[in-house]
Amino acid sequence: MTDLKNSFRNQPDDRGHFGDYGGRYVAETLMPLVLDLEREYRAAQADPAFQAQFDDLLEHYVGRPSPLYFAERLTEELRKDAPAGNGAQVWFKRDELNHTGAHKINNCIGQILLAMRMGKTRIIAETGAGQHGVATATVCARFGLPCVIYMGATDVARQQPNVFRMKLLGAEVVPVTSGAATLKDAMNEGLRDWVANVHDTFYIIGTAAGPHPYPELVRDFQSVIGKEARAQMLSRINRLPDLLVAAIGGGSNALGLFHPFLDDADVKMLGVEAAGYGLDGDQHAASLLGGFPGILHGNKTYLLQDEDGQITEGHSISAGLDYPGIGPEHAWLKDMGRVEYTAVTDDEALDAFQLLCRTEGIIPALEPAHAIAAVAKIAKTMSKDSVILANLCGRGDKDIFTVAEKLGVEM
Amino acid sequence: MNRLSNAFAKPHPALVCFITAGDGDTAANLDALVDGGADVIELGMPFTDPMADGPAIQEANIRSLGKGTTTADVFAIASAFRQRHPDVPLVLMGYANPMVRRGPQWFAGQCRAAGVDGVICVDIPPEEDDSLGPDLRAAGIAPIRLATPTTDAKRLPAVLEGSGGFLYYVSVAGITGLQQAAQASIDDAVARLKAATDLPIAVGFGVRTPEQASAIARVSDGVVVGSALVELVARHGEDAPAALRTLTAALADAVHAARKD
Repeated sequence: MTDLKNSFRNQPDDRGHFGDYGGRYVAETLMPLVLDLEREYRAAQADPAFQAQFDDLLEHYVGRPSPLYFAERLTEELRKDAPAGNGAQVWFKRDELNHTGAHKINNCIGQILLAMRMGKTRIIAETGAGQHGVATATVCARFGLPCVIYMGATDVARQQPNVFRMKLLGAEVVPVTSGAATLKDAMNEGLRDWVANVHDTFYIIGTAAGPHPYPELVRDFQSVIGKEARAQMLSRINRLPDLLVAAIGGGSNALGLFHPFLDDADVKMLGVEAAGYGLDGDQHAASLLGGFPGILHGNKTYLLQDEDGQITEGHSISAGLDYPGIGPEHAWLKDMGRVEYTAVTDDEALDAFQLLCRTEGIIPALEPAHAIAAVAKIAKTMSKDSVILANLCGRGDKDIFTVAEKLGVEM
Repeated sequence: MNRLSNAFAKPHPALVCFITAGDGDTAANLDALVDGGADVIELGMPFTDPMADGPAIQEANIRSLGKGTTTADVFAIASAFRQRHPDVPLVLMGYANPMVRRGPQWFAGQCRAAGVDGVICVDIPPEEDDSLGPDLRAAGIAPIRLATPTTDAKRLPAVLEGSGGFLYYVSVAGITGLQQAAQASIDDAVARLKAATDLPIAVGFGVRTPEQASAIARVSDGVVVGSALVELVARHGEDAPAALRTLTAALADAVHAARKD
């Protein structure tokens, strides 16, 4: 066991840097607002009433704590082609059971409480697959604030059910046609709105990225996942898991699970990026494994980019992983070697999606299907008494059309 | 004295003209701006994600990148401009990632070699100056900072610290090319900035007509026009130089004569 002299949990520094990453790379117009947000977040952290309201909403509105579940049939299935004595026990943190069907709501609750503390009266957000858009529209309806969601026109076309959900919840959904009309373009448009409406508008960023303090506060709000899971593991099996696994787009569900365990030296961690059609081409969304450090959307981090620093378009079967960047804390954790990162292709994720449906009666979102694919590979290399905990961060109702199309099924 | 300080030491306010590198025949377009009377050239480095720009300049970025414009092309355009116009100040404007991709020292060296006088980077605020500022200053390139309606008196000294060339006042909280600020708010802001610095103050964002430019030039040291010029490049294609020369001349007349009445 390593004695850690320094904690992995004390990032970022007071300038919002995680080692070389993070920071506040925003236009001057936004800078005073970003500083205001940091001040307000510090005040909220010191205010027991804020934490109490956050906890109350998570319990009674979101439905937390989410269950910790031993996936017995999946474990047995994976043992079938494992070497004798191998086949780790697979457990899931069931954040797909949250209200709105994913972990995204945890963060949105926290941020809308901050927005109201700051006296902001209008909410904007970007969304890719629509999960963050739905979660944002949900909290806006809950607190009666007007809400504008920017969504790439390409994503609007392929995620119609979520577009309709957002509209039912009272949000205005603005299709973004610039660039490739996907998530990064929606984020650009969100930033353009924000810069023009700084006086009354709060931008609810959907992942642990963007200018400081967003990566920190999103991580903190999502850390409820790991705090619960850690306590649940200790209470259920009286020990910590050997390995944590989570899918990574921007990286908020992974950080939420990992962060409370970072100083548990015996707990290994694996982040799973989207390899799309494969890491050898350019049709993937693996910023850490296939990208280089750079500056975009307010932070320094690993980006998919060409040799001139032009941002390239990621690809993944999962619209939620299809972003050319990654939260800056992951960039730091990768360089520190505390978390390992791997990538899983569209086809592997699709197989894992079906495997979980059939063995456990759970239809996962395509995002955690990437994590499950990685679990399927690694479980057979670990002994039977070892424990893997994966974050089942979203449910797959939204993805059945994509999956049907891939499987050649007409609906 | 250098090219930038000379431009602002003229007996009249300066007209700063922006176009995007690689959009249309950039060399011919730049020559037209100089012919028309531009005092400072601001050359946009195209970027895939120009999040501070409105539709006109976004589309110029997309057109330029669509034609395959590289960072090397931008510096080649700058070098050739410097050969043709030894005395006209040239400023690069763009976003952080293309500037730091090969390291800030590399970028600053390229600027120096190409005869670039200053750099405006939208998304490197003073808090992140380390990412580019020290290398620019070491190479003798002015890091030109932006002040905005949200930059309050408490923050202004940080913005001014380490900045050079001129101070670019972004007159509206918003993106390029859309809204136009009320003249009274510009008058107040410029007076406030002038009290805090000896750097020349150039005002931009939403300035489209000679009338607006003239009103702003009554109080500022310079006026920046971008989207209106970029729209001419989009509309006229290869014939853009004539249209650019006409608008630039009208703007230059208005700006240069602003304080005469």
